Amino acid sequence: MIEVIDLHKSFNEHKVLRGVNLKIEDGHILALIGGSGKGKSVLLKHIIGLTKPDKGKILVDNQDISKLRGKALKRLKERFGVVFQGGALFDSYTVFENVAFPLREKTRMKALDIRETVFRELANVGLSGAENKYPAEISGGMKKRVALARCLVMHPEIIFFDEPTTGLDPLIAKAIHNLIRSLQESLHFTAIMVTHEIPEVFSVADRVAMLYDGKIIAEGTPQEIQDSNNPIVHQFIHAELEGPISIK
Amino acid sequence: MNPVFFPFKIIGKSLHKFIRELGKMGCFFAISLFWMLFPPYLIRRVIKQINFIGVKTILVIVLTGSFTGMVLALQMYHVLIKFGAEARIGPAVALSLIKELGPVICALMVTGRAGSAITAEIGIMRISEQVDALDAMALNPYKYLIIPNILAGVISLPLLNAIFVVLGVFGGYLIGVVLLGVSSGTYFGGINDFVAARDIFEGFYKSLSFGVLITWISCYKGFYTGYGAEGVSKATTQSVVISSVVILIWDYFMTSLLVA
Repeated sequence: MIEVIDLHKSFNEHKVLRGVNLKIEDGHILALIGGSGKGKSVLLKHIIGLTKPDKGKILVDNQDISKLRGKALKRLKERFGVVFQGGALFDSYTVFENVAFPLREKTRMKALDIRETVFRELANVGLSGAENKYPAEISGGMKKRVALARCLVMHPEIIFFDEPTTGLDPLIAKAIHNLIRSLQESLHFTAIMVTHEIPEVFSVADRVAMLYDGKIIAEGTPQEIQDSNNPIVHQFIHAELEGPISIK
Repeated sequence: MNPVFFPFKIIGKSLHKFIRELGKMGCFFAISLFWMLFPPYLIRRVIKQINFIGVKTILVIVLTGSFTGMVLALQMYHVLIKFGAEARIGPAVALSLIKELGPVICALMVTGRAGSAITAEIGIMRISEQVDALDAMALNPYKYLIIPNILAGVISLPLLNAIFVVLGVFGGYLIGVVLLGVSSGTYFGGINDFVAARDIFEGFYKSLSFGVLITWISCYKGFYTGYGAEGVSKATTQSVVISSVVILIWDYFMTSLLVA
């Protein structure tokens, strides 16, 4: 289980997180929604251990990731997989080399086994035949799927998705959401997904949390969030221009 | 605020920023050295970077080395002949190249060709979250991106310097002996008499330290690049300018130290 307790973070004078509290149960997909530039990716980077908080705790199976160093942190991170916003594929490597990278660097697998595993994972995300292409030669949707394959190849227990469908057309976005859902059902990983895709996210996630003004203002099942009486949540998920959220 | 204090505020702020930057650079280098001691030792990546920093710069070094030697011989000859010392053209060319021009010009060439590319590459990796991706895979970005470049710089620069000096001496030979008529024996005999092992080591130490400086500054600027394409372009320019200036300043200190 992942538990975020009273998390605070400021960049210079700008307070981004002002006491975030959040719980994510094992084997669930939690969707983190909220306005652009409101700190969702910052919160995600804290949970992954890429950023240190000013105050607060991030417990992953009762270990505070913000306090861990060296090998203990490394061991914990080895349980994670991250699909970054732009895919974060190594642009000088081919699709095959990108997916093979963690296997080559972190395991003692033989070249033949690596090849077999990479081909299998690429087939799982529907990318057979794209092995020799470079990231610059494939579409945005394909990049996200390669990033997902690179992440899955290490069998992570917890996967973080940072806006996995941003910038994709609705069909590809739906295909990616369905892929995430079906993979989660077969592999049973825990997932935290930062997203803006409303209402699609309600069919993918088990739980939805909304970040506003540096805090989690609502958390529940997709149905509970859709039925929420909170005017901020209501305005956000119905994309209404009038309401408590000021549009700058 | 009293306008009288305004200039002091500006100076203080700039000084504070400069000292912070120096401290950050020092920490960056110390962390790199620290991780250099522990496995995994990524030999293949070091070899790849030697190819990038060293092998791919050879053509530039061949051209600049030969022509620097040629122009040196041409200039020296016309100065030395006034004192009837044109026979000393060999050692004059060789010593200038070995002790000073070889290491410095080599370092400037590597800065322009490889240093800028290192900053741009790491900078782009930073802004496209590739550095974060390494970190998220529990792989140390210093081991993958920084240490191979520093080691490759330390290995490549002295070797490039050696190529530069040899070709420079040969270029000087072409002008001094073939074109201006100094005898071949006088040219090489003079070099043999006046160039000591100590001079060669002086050039070697300089190029070794330049190798560290160039890769350290280039990697640092890329690793802490600003946002977007503009940030990377700014970091790349800064990396080249700072490296070039630091090379010349450091050269002065190294020379005073080694001469003393």
